[in-house]
Amino acid sequence: MATSDIEIAEHALQHHFADMDQQKESSTFGMWLFLVTEIMFFGGLFCAYLVYRATYYQAFVEGSQTMNIWLGATNTAVLICSSLSMALGVRCAQLGKTRMMVVLLLITIVFGFAFLGIKAIEYHEHWTNHQFPGPNFQFEGAEAAGVNPQNIQIYFSLYWAMTGLHALHMVIGIGLVAWIVIAGWRGAYSPDYYSPVENVGLYWHFVDLVWIYLFPLLYLISKKHGG
Amino acid sequence: MVLTATTVFASFIELGDWNIVLALTIATIKATLVVLFFMHLYYSTKLTKVTMIAAIFFLFLLLALSMTDYLTRAWLTNPGH
Repeated sequence: MATSDIEIAEHALQHHFADMDQQKESSTFGMWLFLVTEIMFFGGLFCAYLVYRATYYQAFVEGSQTMNIWLGATNTAVLICSSLSMALGVRCAQLGKTRMMVVLLLITIVFGFAFLGIKAIEYHEHWTNHQFPGPNFQFEGAEAAGVNPQNIQIYFSLYWAMTGLHALHMVIGIGLVAWIVIAGWRGAYSPDYYSPVENVGLYWHFVDLVWIYLFPLLYLISKKHGG
Repeated sequence: MVLTATTVFASFIELGDWNIVLALTIATIKATLVVLFFMHLYYSTKLTKVTMIAAIFFLFLLLALSMTDYLTRAWLTNPGH
């Protein structure tokens, strides 16, 4: 073992791992297992969506047509850009370019806030249009379309639950990235030890993945979009 | 990474004609690229790959089994009553 390896071992290797490789693989494996539980967590909501979409298809079409497709598409692009800067940030951490990593993660945070801002505009629009499930729920033109407003309310319940849970994950993600930025700035990571950066990156990409599926399912049900 | 941007662009074009299969196919291509390259699954160990494949497999299994229930309930109504 070279001298530098010993220094690293003292610095970052936890006593219950044999070597750095084992420690790194354990942490990656653990993170993926956590993401599996997250997939199952969102999977339940996706299943509920599938069941009700199959049952009340026309109501879901009516509901999805009130979505602002451009805001949704912009948010998809924003999230993919944030994932790109996150991936580049992890790459920089791997190569030991700490300063560049901090910059890229700050860009990721900016994209994260941009996503939440656009989402807030959408939520505000739905709120003022009485498209929040509950006693004040209203949907103009439901009768004209021959659809029970109650069924459109199911669409909006799922919309708020799924995007809301996703937005919550975004907020947590921004907090985690901010933590990595601060720790990275203080020099906590090196090319030999950057598992936290990588795992927060995995989490961020997972949240991106969820949105990649939410967008077509909630926004792109039918072709008649107002734009 | 360029491909990811292209698929976003493609999803803009496809908005015109409704096609959930197309929309989901594009979403799946995007998701696959993100998982393989952003999340480094392509370069990772077999253990990690098996974990991810198992997750997808069980998600589809659970969704499919649930849907075989809900989608076939209507078939069982007795036309005579």
